[in-house]
Amino acid sequence: MSGNAYQGGANRLPGKGRLTPAKTVRFSFDGRILTGLEGDTLASALIANGIHLMGRSFKYHRPRGVLSAGAEEPNALMQVSRDSARYQPNVRASVQEIFDGLRASSQNRYPSLACDVGAVNDALSPLFSAGFYYKTFMWPRTAWNKLYEPVIRRAAGLGESPKEADPDHYAQRYAHCDVLVVGGGLAGLSAALAAAESGASVIICDEQPEMGGALHFDTSIAVNGETGFDWAQKTAARLAFMDNVRVLTRTTAFGYYAQNFVGLTERVTDHLALPSPDQPRERLWQVRAKRVVLATGAIERHMVFPGNDRPGIMLASAARIFLNHYGVAIGAKVAVYTACDSAYEAAFDLQDAGVRIPVIVEARDRPGGTLLEEARTRGIEVLTRHAIASTKGRLRVSSIAVVPAGASGKGRDIEVDALIISAGWTPSVHLFSQSRGKVAWDAESGRFLPGVNAQDCVSIGACAGTDDPVALVEQAVEAGLDAANGAGSEMSGRPVIDIDHEGSDAGSWSAGLVGAVGAPESGKAFVDFQNDVTAKDIRLAVREGMHSIEHVKRFTTNGMATDQGKTSNMHGLAIAAETLGKPIPQVGLTTFRAPYTPVTFGTIVGQSRGVLFDPARKTPLHACLETNGAVFEDVGQWKRAWYFPRAGETMHAAVSRECRTVREVAGLFDASTLGKIEVVGPDAAAFLNLLYTNAWDKLEPGRCKYGIMLREDGFIYDDGVVGRLAADRFHVTTTTGGAPRVLHHMEDYLQTEFPHLDVWLTSITEQWAVIAVQGPQARDIIAPFVDGIDISDDAMPHMSVREGKICGVPTRLFRMSFTGERGFEINVPADYGQSVFEALWERAEAMDACLYGTEAMHVLRAEKGYIIVGQDTDGTVTPDDAGLSWAVAKKKPDFVGIAGLKRADLQRPDRKQLVGLKTKDPTLVLEEGAQIVADPNEKIPMTMIGHVTSSYWSENCGRSIAMAVVAGGRSRMGETLYVPMPDRTIEVEVTDTVFFDKQGERLNG
Amino acid sequence: MLLIRCPYCDESRPEIEFRHAGEAHIVRSDKMADLTPDEFERYFFLRDNRKGDVYERWRHIHGCGRFLNAVRNTVTDRFLMTYKAGEPRPALPDPQAQAAATEGNGQ
Ligand SMILES: [Zn+2]
Repeated sequence: MSGNAYQGGANRLPGKGRLTPAKTVRFSFDGRILTGLEGDTLASALIANGIHLMGRSFKYHRPRGVLSAGAEEPNALMQVSRDSARYQPNVRASVQEIFDGLRASSQNRYPSLACDVGAVNDALSPLFSAGFYYKTFMWPRTAWNKLYEPVIRRAAGLGESPKEADPDHYAQRYAHCDVLVVGGGLAGLSAALAAAESGASVIICDEQPEMGGALHFDTSIAVNGETGFDWAQKTAARLAFMDNVRVLTRTTAFGYYAQNFVGLTERVTDHLALPSPDQPRERLWQVRAKRVVLATGAIERHMVFPGNDRPGIMLASAARIFLNHYGVAIGAKVAVYTACDSAYEAAFDLQDAGVRIPVIVEARDRPGGTLLEEARTRGIEVLTRHAIASTKGRLRVSSIAVVPAGASGKGRDIEVDALIISAGWTPSVHLFSQSRGKVAWDAESGRFLPGVNAQDCVSIGACAGTDDPVALVEQAVEAGLDAANGAGSEMSGRPVIDIDHEGSDAGSWSAGLVGAVGAPESGKAFVDFQNDVTAKDIRLAVREGMHSIEHVKRFTTNGMATDQGKTSNMHGLAIAAETLGKPIPQVGLTTFRAPYTPVTFGTIVGQSRGVLFDPARKTPLHACLETNGAVFEDVGQWKRAWYFPRAGETMHAAVSRECRTVREVAGLFDASTLGKIEVVGPDAAAFLNLLYTNAWDKLEPGRCKYGIMLREDGFIYDDGVVGRLAADRFHVTTTTGGAPRVLHHMEDYLQTEFPHLDVWLTSITEQWAVIAVQGPQARDIIAPFVDGIDISDDAMPHMSVREGKICGVPTRLFRMSFTGERGFEINVPADYGQSVFEALWERAEAMDACLYGTEAMHVLRAEKGYIIVGQDTDGTVTPDDAGLSWAVAKKKPDFVGIAGLKRADLQRPDRKQLVGLKTKDPTLVLEEGAQIVADPNEKIPMTMIGHVTSSYWSENCGRSIAMAVVAGGRSRMGETLYVPMPDRTIEVEVTDTVFFDKQGERLNG
Repeated sequence: MLLIRCPYCDESRPEIEFRHAGEAHIVRSDKMADLTPDEFERYFFLRDNRKGDVYERWRHIHGCGRFLNAVRNTVTDRFLMTYKAGEPRPALPDPQAQAAATEGNGQ
């Protein structure tokens, strides 16, 4: 053929197909510039250009062409890119639409597709039989990481991943509907139309660029007097025009989850040459449907025979799609090997288009109906009860050898340039199975069909085993009406869908053959193309003791590649069953799992990446702190000021200066992240009595107290200062990280255990900004701004709370200290936080006070032995372990944790108790988490008696300080213990936990 | 994602609005201080973890904030019913009626 005569490839037949000859598209394949037509897939465009060799197989690196024209494609996987960042491996050439500028390249080959050194694996294939990974690379163990795995990965990798960040964005939507129809073929469209015209809200999706399903290739069906495909397009347009219908093309239903929740992925821009930057690349639809109508069709199976994987050998339906839809002839001399009637229609279509059909090799005694006669009338030689014994052709099939069924010998060579095969159709029960529906074996038609539904769904059409188009439409319309009815729709409109079917008998889609044909042990008869699993491999697996189909699958890797065995599972099952001597249903089907086809991570992640991966919480003072040079650290979702380095200052120097300044002058600290809960109501004190270990009845309004909260098991859950604002109103603080769970814990008890208590709980964490002012000058700093509160020591002693004004705005002013210095925590409404802070800081700065961050705060509290829940405790620490038994009321009849605390194990004297540690060398700072031993010379594994929980350099003490939990720690005061580290063992002395101002005089100093 | 009917809101809402809160109908003694170790073990540690229909607590934490009870089948993930905290443990729905409701819409 002359390439000039036709647009978009030499094998494009004028007048055939549905693409427009004038609309050409230029793309490249392995660097070669090619022309296709708008609407082509990579596969159809390559075949139009005479290219059948599209990739190399995974294990043996055998040359492969495209097997199918759809999503089930196992062979033709390519890397496709628009630019260096948009670079996607393992794209199915039968699915990817071409666009101007698309670059495709083949995978699994080096240095080139036609000449690949990895193909030596094919010659060495006796080494690579089923289970070879398990058997060959067992020993020695160390060789796995160093030798086997890297080599295998390099040799076997399925494409390369892009090196740059994904520049595209992805959208996600939720949708609700009465009826979700999956599949837009004759059945799906009929059901959608019936449901929609009855007034139900309908979503219909199909993975292809346009609706039609099998009508893409099946030209024998006319609907309402027009071609099936034209009817499908008009019906889709009609549906799309209706307000109650959403039509989604290029959209795959990939997962069917509980309660009719179905995941769809819509490919929005992958087919466009110049997508708008506003468009997402893909969109995830999370659909909740009252009824799901599964019209997912069927997938044709290949014939399993030696040499069945050469380029140019493909499914009969694929050849028919290439011809009838894309107008492409797959060859000039195309033989047929079949056990299913539908392949004859493909042969006749090809012949009508001018392709020579040298032979039809029929595995059965005869095909159904009058097909045999029709073929012979057309002058096609049909060899019934025959098989293909082998094929030839290095990079494309060039001949087949045909033998009578069961016969051996070389057979008769027939020259071909392509071969179409069909062993019958496997209903696509993937989604039905994912919905936890049970499939049932239909012995008569030899296939698994949907059995008992687990959810509110219905299967129709080819996926339900309905082959005859008239019966199929009737079933689909009933399903659509019933679904609309079930959703409460009262309209009734039965659409007119008249079928005129001129094809062969209804039986053409059923029956067929599962398993391998021909001499079992000769040559490679591939079952699973993508994982290079042969019929021999499956027989071997059974012989080696794999008697469960799940074991056979894992041992051989049959059906475990990215195509999940859409073409191979039934063959693998049949071969295993035959070898086991069991009927197929007794061997059972492997489980279908989501996703039906691969889904990109981008679609799953959606907008949740980069800054949107996790929300950042900023305090009302954030901007001020930033202006003043804060370095921030992440504490949960919070951004907290860590330290405030001056020019040239290291972190260590900055923290030391901040710690010193707080104790010498004063410091300002942003404490806004502290969790805050308002507990209000007549029974507020009674409620706190039950939730905290402390007693609250006697706490007078205006005073505060440190409280400890336990779980029922007696371990510390949270702590914080609680202020009583009025008889019925408490301002509770929690740890920064603990606020949500403390509120949840309180709500749980209030709602379910103590519902008789009249109490309301309100989270006020974000309502108040909190500025801690700590240090000897703290009172002088705030004094000029405070209005209506006497802040003298007599009027407002340590651990008290007042309401009044500061800088003219309302405040809850706490006199409290987490540093051991005289201190205030000033709560102001969040919106005023910044202006109050600025006023205070202006004065404080002039007085040589400092800003300090969380690091200095940690050091200062450790100097005083104040614990941090979650750092010095770990969920197994009791109040007594932490040295806080004074905070547990002795006379209360009940509180959460009272029973747990009484457990014998929690009373043991040798429990790990919180102590201080001083290194013998004061300059050494211990590592937090380091283990502690009593005998440094003990043989490994040594007896570990505790670990370091907090450790810092203390500028104020002029040495390192640490806290630790140590078994029986309080009885070890003065003892020397050891902290073994990789490079040395550090000697430490056990001390109490207060390192600075042991008498606590500075609180009022 | 599951849909859970909140008996307070009287609406079926997506699972992400809820938080699971353990087994339901575990009674906290009004004499906690007097529990024996065995009683405490049964109350705090021992759970049935049954395969099949279980009574459990959920909280509509991103909705009305209320704790509720549910009967859920741990095999099918199907919620058989939800009801308010504090209501007595309901009898399980008739299994045959359940099966009929499941299969009624099959083909
Ligand atoms: Zn609710």
